[in-house]
Amino acid sequence: MPHDHHDHDHLSPSGHPYRADDDTSLSYWQTMEIAVRELLVEKGVTTAAEIAAQIETMDARAPSNGAKVVARAWTDPVFHAALMENAGDATRNMGFDIGPLHLIAVENTDDVHNMIVCTLCSCYPRNLLGLPPDWYKSRAYRSRTVREPRSVLAEFGVTLPDTTKVRVHDSTADMRYIVIPARPQGTENMSQTELADLVTRDSMIGTGVAKTP
Amino acid sequence: MTQYVRVKPMMPPGHVRTPMYLRGKIGVIERSLGAFPNPEDLAYGNTAQALPLHRVRFTMAQVWGADAEAPNDTLDAEIYEHWLEPADAP
Repeated sequence: MPHDHHDHDHLSPSGHPYRADDDTSLSYWQTMEIAVRELLVEKGVTTAAEIAAQIETMDARAPSNGAKVVARAWTDPVFHAALMENAGDATRNMGFDIGPLHLIAVENTDDVHNMIVCTLCSCYPRNLLGLPPDWYKSRAYRSRTVREPRSVLAEFGVTLPDTTKVRVHDSTADMRYIVIPARPQGTENMSQTELADLVTRDSMIGTGVAKTP
Repeated sequence: MTQYVRVKPMMPPGHVRTPMYLRGKIGVIERSLGAFPNPEDLAYGNTAQALPLHRVRFTMAQVWGADAEAPNDTLDAEIYEHWLEPADAP
């Protein structure tokens, strides 16, 4: 029941819980960010409009970009080879503005399942897929994925046979990773556009598989 | 020929990008990635020397011992060369 909350004293007239006002004082780092940003604007290094435009650019990046890359890799052997050789260049050549991103593509097969994590922080191919999901940055995901990846996968609904090897990739330095999920069966006659709809964000992190049509 | 390396069990102060859980562990170089500015200097705004970076592959058995969930599963991480030393097969 969506409105079946425990403490009815804290419900709004619409039946939803109130969210606490965010009126605590600024943290040290929030103050630092504002100070540096205002200085950069005052000194003419950047402008508020440029900062807003950059935020918009980042927000426009989405998993659908990666889905197009995967769908092309499934259908275009030359592109597939280029992607496995140098995923950053192959993606740039396809027309995606991913800046200087160093990207490695790892491919799932019947024998191998790849999974991406950043134990140190939250490294993620943002320039291609947009911002990572909140759980990707959680201590639980980061610590458990290197320790018990199969249990984590099971919680995402992915159960692998013992014969499939799990390869966890910890993005500890300069590389970013994209998983090329296995192409689902029964998709032989689908177009690249149709195939891209089967590629989920989680399938490119390795916590999911591509959808079956 | 497979090249085994051990992650040096160093504990330097400051910003490093070698996870604690891999220090002292033995793996193989999966691929070498070229040279990248040392994050241990970059973190403090210092001039950073470009250092070779490698992807090292460890078995879960090597990382977690008898507690490994599946001993033959693997874990790859990017480790800077100054954190690696030659090792014998584990």
